[in-house]
Amino acid sequence: MDDLYREVIIEHYKNPSYRGHLDPHDIQFADNNPLCGDHIEITLQTAADGTVKDARFDGHGCAISQASADLLIESIIGKPLDEVKSLNKQSILDMLGIELGPVRLKCALLSLKVLKAGVYGLGEASDELVE
Amino acid sequence: MSYNPHEIRKDFPILQRKTHDNVPLVYLDSTATSQKPLAVIEAMNEYYRRSNANIHRGVHTLAEEATAMYEEAREKIAGFINAPSSKQIIYTRNATESINLVAYTWARANLKTGDLVVLTEMEHHSNLVPWLMLQAERGIELEFISVTEDGLLDLDSYKTLLSRTLRHAQGGAPKLVAFTHMSNVLGTINPAAEIIRMAHEAGAITVVDAAQSVPHLKMDVQALNADFLAFSAHKMCGPTGVGALYGKAELLESMPPFLGGGDMIKEVKLRSFRPNTLPHKFEAGTPAIAEAVGFGAAVDYLTKVGMDNIAAHEHEITEYALERLEEIPGVKLFGPSADKKGGVAAFTFEGVHPHDVAQILDRDGIAIRAGHHCAQPLHEKFGIPATSRASFYLYNTKEEVDLLVNGLYKVRELFG
Ligand SMILES: Cc1ncc(COP(=O)(O)O)c(C=O)c1O
Repeated sequence: MDDLYREVIIEHYKNPSYRGHLDPHDIQFADNNPLCGDHIEITLQTAADGTVKDARFDGHGCAISQASADLLIESIIGKPLDEVKSLNKQSILDMLGIELGPVRLKCALLSLKVLKAGVYGLGEASDELVE
Repeated sequence: MSYNPHEIRKDFPILQRKTHDNVPLVYLDSTATSQKPLAVIEAMNEYYRRSNANIHRGVHTLAEEATAMYEEAREKIAGFINAPSSKQIIYTRNATESINLVAYTWARANLKTGDLVVLTEMEHHSNLVPWLMLQAERGIELEFISVTEDGLLDLDSYKTLLSRTLRHAQGGAPKLVAFTHMSNVLGTINPAAEIIRMAHEAGAITVVDAAQSVPHLKMDVQALNADFLAFSAHKMCGPTGVGALYGKAELLESMPPFLGGGDMIKEVKLRSFRPNTLPHKFEAGTPAIAEAVGFGAAVDYLTKVGMDNIAAHEHEITEYALERLEEIPGVKLFGPSADKKGGVAAFTFEGVHPHDVAQILDRDGIAIRAGHHCAQPLHEKFGIPATSRASFYLYNTKEEVDLLVNGLYKVRELFG
């Protein structure tokens, strides 16, 4: 019916594979989208070789924000942290396979913003992280 | 003659337009801002085409015409809310600025540390944040009339707050009660006359946030006995950029001016000034003249249609909408029953975020709003981050309610 609500997005929203919270974790970060009240927390365990051993997201929000978080976590497990640092807006749009207007883009990019702020060890997640 | 919204719709050019895939616009977001009838658009156009000039002090023809139009609009607005005099109508940018004007002038001149300001749990941020700012600056006390599960104000909790005196050595008596006449989320129409009467008995003055009530109900500030009352043109068929503050004359007279500059002064010396008389004392600088003219035209339009007719029509639509929405599995409505509220239906949809609801409806040309609607504490109270909100005005029809309901069934299907 609708490009934005492709089956893959609805599926990841309704039955996410990586929802949860890792304890112990090496990296933890959380942020909100003040516009919508979407909330995402990411916890991550790193391996000795500098790769992502495991990761989870938690939070609430619209289908776009939650599905992109699930897809993002799926894509980074086993990957080197350096590669995670190089993810950007286009990486998320490619995973979702849709185009987004400026408002919904913020929903889609929230999880990446949170992830990168955590990986870089920043105090605050800024929009520049996901440009 | 019975009220016909299909005839009314012809007055609104935007309601003729199509959105995606050539579907007609179903505009259910008038609580955020209303659409504008041709008469309002034309009045502003005509002002710019014929009469544009800066107002007051000018002696040339255009300046006189512009001043007359600006002041005539003020007269119309005064008449519309039954203010004793147009001098008691202060033009502002919007309801938010009207409330801030009271907070910056009356409140800063009259409130001191420990004084009690009573608000409600259902306030829009624009009637909450100005008082939080004053609290940070002055150490006033803030208390809140609680909201019941049904979305009504708990007047017993109000009584308790009012009876509380001398909590502090410096004071603690209620000095001000600021409340919304109609909630922009729950739709609740609060018993304003009673709230004001009780405030006065306790020695407090009142600010009525009438942003949602003036557009939808027949307003009589004298019958209410309101001390201050704030509203915006853009929610009542007028343009953005202009609003009004009504105040009792003796209060407005006694208050210090708000912004300083041209027009608000009677006389200026290098080391002193004397403020102007009402209403100009509170209107510094060149105002939104065309918008004020449009405001006047909006008031004329609403008067012509008849506020009683509008209220009755909205009631009928709201009753129908609540009934239809209630039958959809997974929909949970917030706020009181139709007889206690205006044309607002806020709801959650089980398993679907409000933004997704709004986005999916948009594909069918249906415009509703999703989020916390500038009432975050109220949503927190109900334990939800956001709601979807459909709202109704004079031009909405039952057919549009049906389209909304069909759209919601589609959402249900998609998220299964
Ligand atoms: C109850 C209420 N108060 C105040 C406002 C603020 O109006 P404005 O943004 O025009 O100042 C609104 C607008 O949404 C409202 O609904």
